[in-house]
Amino acid sequence: MTFANYDTGGFYDELFLADGSPRPEFHQLVDRITSLPAGDFARRQRAAERNLVHTGITFNVYGDDSGEERILPFDLVPRLVTSEEWRWIERGLEQRIRALNLFIDDIYHDQKILRDRVIPGDVVRSSQGFREECMGLNPPLGVWSHITGTDLVRDSDGQIYVLEDNLRVPSGVSYVLQNRAVLKRTFPNVLRGLGVRGVNGYPGRLRAILDDVAPPDARRAKLAVLTPGRYNSAYFEHSFLAHQMGVELVEGSDLAVEDDQVFMRTTAGLRRVHTIYRRIDDDYLDPRVSRPDSLLGIPGVMEAYRRNRVTLVNAPGTGVADDKVVYAYVPKIIKYYLGEDAVIPNVPTYMCWDDRQRDHVLENLKDLVVKPANESGGYGMLIGPHSTAADREEFRRRIRENGRNYIGQTTLSLSRVPTMVDGRFEGRHVDLRPFILYGRDVFVLPGGLTRVALRKGSLVVNSSQGGGSKDTWVLAQPPKLTDGQTLQRCPDC
Amino acid sequence: MLSRVAESIYWMSRYVERAENVARFVEVNEHLMLDLPPEMPPQWGPLVEITGDMAAFHRLYSTADQQSVCGFLTFDPNNPNSILSALRAARENARSVRPSLSSEVWAEVNRAYLYAKGQSAGGTESLYDFLRAVIRSSHGVEGATNATLSHSEEWHFSRIGRLLERADKTARILDIRYFTLLPGREPVGRSVDDLHWTAVLQSVSALEMYRHRHGMVRPEATAEFLLLNRHFPRSVRNCLKRADESLHAITGTPEGSFRNPAERRLGRLVAELAYTAIGEVIEDGLHEFLDELQVKLNGVGEALHQSFFAPRFTSGRRPDTTLEE
Repeated sequence: MTFANYDTGGFYDELFLADGSPRPEFHQLVDRITSLPAGDFARRQRAAERNLVHTGITFNVYGDDSGEERILPFDLVPRLVTSEEWRWIERGLEQRIRALNLFIDDIYHDQKILRDRVIPGDVVRSSQGFREECMGLNPPLGVWSHITGTDLVRDSDGQIYVLEDNLRVPSGVSYVLQNRAVLKRTFPNVLRGLGVRGVNGYPGRLRAILDDVAPPDARRAKLAVLTPGRYNSAYFEHSFLAHQMGVELVEGSDLAVEDDQVFMRTTAGLRRVHTIYRRIDDDYLDPRVSRPDSLLGIPGVMEAYRRNRVTLVNAPGTGVADDKVVYAYVPKIIKYYLGEDAVIPNVPTYMCWDDRQRDHVLENLKDLVVKPANESGGYGMLIGPHSTAADREEFRRRIRENGRNYIGQTTLSLSRVPTMVDGRFEGRHVDLRPFILYGRDVFVLPGGLTRVALRKGSLVVNSSQGGGSKDTWVLAQPPKLTDGQTLQRCPDC
Repeated sequence: MLSRVAESIYWMSRYVERAENVARFVEVNEHLMLDLPPEMPPQWGPLVEITGDMAAFHRLYSTADQQSVCGFLTFDPNNPNSILSALRAARENARSVRPSLSSEVWAEVNRAYLYAKGQSAGGTESLYDFLRAVIRSSHGVEGATNATLSHSEEWHFSRIGRLLERADKTARILDIRYFTLLPGREPVGRSVDDLHWTAVLQSVSALEMYRHRHGMVRPEATAEFLLLNRHFPRSVRNCLKRADESLHAITGTPEGSFRNPAERRLGRLVAELAYTAIGEVIEDGLHEFLDELQVKLNGVGEALHQSFFAPRFTSGRRPDTTLEE
């Protein structure tokens, strides 16, 4: 398999230098792939995909009524991160998650940050993720966001930015573990030779957190993962995590609240549940508090939660920090609570509630990415450079109608990774979603989901929009170089 | 364990077993039709009778011939008990309780369904190979269940589901004789009759075991073997006895006593079969006996649902919180 005609196309390539030579720190991988006989790589790729189907690692697509499940397209060429760049990422993510937790806790208590006018109160109170009913609550250990998936992107100059913070119910970690399992079978020697850090500790650490945050009256905490059910697009992940952690996978109808305690219906009667890792949104959690039509939730669970008889993970109300307008303030939030400058910068962002910034967005629609403040999955976005005049007109109308709900961002030229397309390698744009756990301490999983936009030229990596995934290899040590090789240093390390 | 999980595991096993038995029915009928003397018309209708889906069949097809019956029983998505539908239902149940299963059990169920689905969408295998593969994949699921799932509550519910389904299907296949129109006791009919009973034994893989025990194939001994034999793993009595053991393992109730409707009904049925002589069954009419057996088996299924799968909160009573796992 050859990279002979591989073209980085003027983008930052994660595996190759602009002159077409492999990045020296990763050359082992390139050597190995090059040494494979023609056709062998494609065969391995097909075998990996078949394996995904047979083990049922699939997802359902919303709005697709055929009921067919698909596999998340998977590409065998991993994305590599050097140990020193990862240390920097880790530092940035830890800082960010600590600051965001302090922010959420402040918002639901004294709102000092609003009174000090660092963020306009309107922005926070009008956020869809803000929950009046969470005012004054104190989740165990003071942690609101136990599991966070933060999306990072790299621009053409090599700079890494935070694209968005996912603090509600971020998904994808099961693919991180599964992708690694596949690559362990495919490139065992390269993994060992490069000294790639393991990712298998994730379920154990998550379980420990669920234990640690159980209500004070739990002697042996009973843990559960709450899923909307097997038709949910992330059902595989819910079931996978429950399985890996050895905890119960429950649906809303399996649970009931009595005396402000949550119980599971079992074959031997009712059994108390202490910590629920819920994979359904705040809106659906308790039909008595929000959507009365929700069949997914548990009537009365919010009251049990308020009384500290059950712990919900992530805590209800965490979504206030998941708002894309709040995102724009994260550097200020970090400064306010920690007195530090943000390690990883934000993508330059314009907030459409502000007249001056909105005008800038409206005038530059063709060059910007416009996103609604509270959507996920890549829905409802405008990618300026790839848009039609009609698209832009539509967004102009929406932004004028509801400025609060939109932000504009500079369009970045996302970095690329070689990806198998029609039997040869072509560059495809990627982002990176590392996962951060927060209980007694912060843990950043050394790896993450590299999402890849499989359509040529596309910048949208979401699985619902034709995206696929790659394994992410974080190296444990700086590589040993042979004489004459030099390392490119990342700009911020 | 969760009531919903128990129920799904129970149905997962039932549906896999159902697919296996439907495959057995079709296979044996296929053979039987080839063995019949040329002057006898082939009979496919009885096959649908056994599965109890005659009404559904007539809504979809006008005549019962090889093509319509095989189609109905193998790949027809409109027949909820076709092999494909049963495997799909098994897989959906398995999918909803994946964390409670071992990866191997899940993979076997998933593979079985994907295989049937692949064959239904223009597979290349012969009918015979397909049916054999379905039977093998059911064995694969059972093997994986026995070898990789802890023999705790999950396993017992899976076993109960499988055994109740098997008992039901063995009883039904014994009844095929009733639906098949054969020339009575005429000399020529005699050998055709033998063919039938041999086919019945074959369909539940019982012929070899039967011969060890009884030698010649005789109607009465065949009925006895399939209904009352203590050791043959597909006989109704053996299935129900083992299901009863699992039921008691789940609840901890001593054998021979009961604490809930499921234990009472199943226990009574097991005792009844233990003290039944084949002579009186034949005398009172095998078909009538089997009919009644079906009703009782359905009763056991309902009692299971009531006792384990649908426990409700009783208002006013504090939930029992002392259970520790």
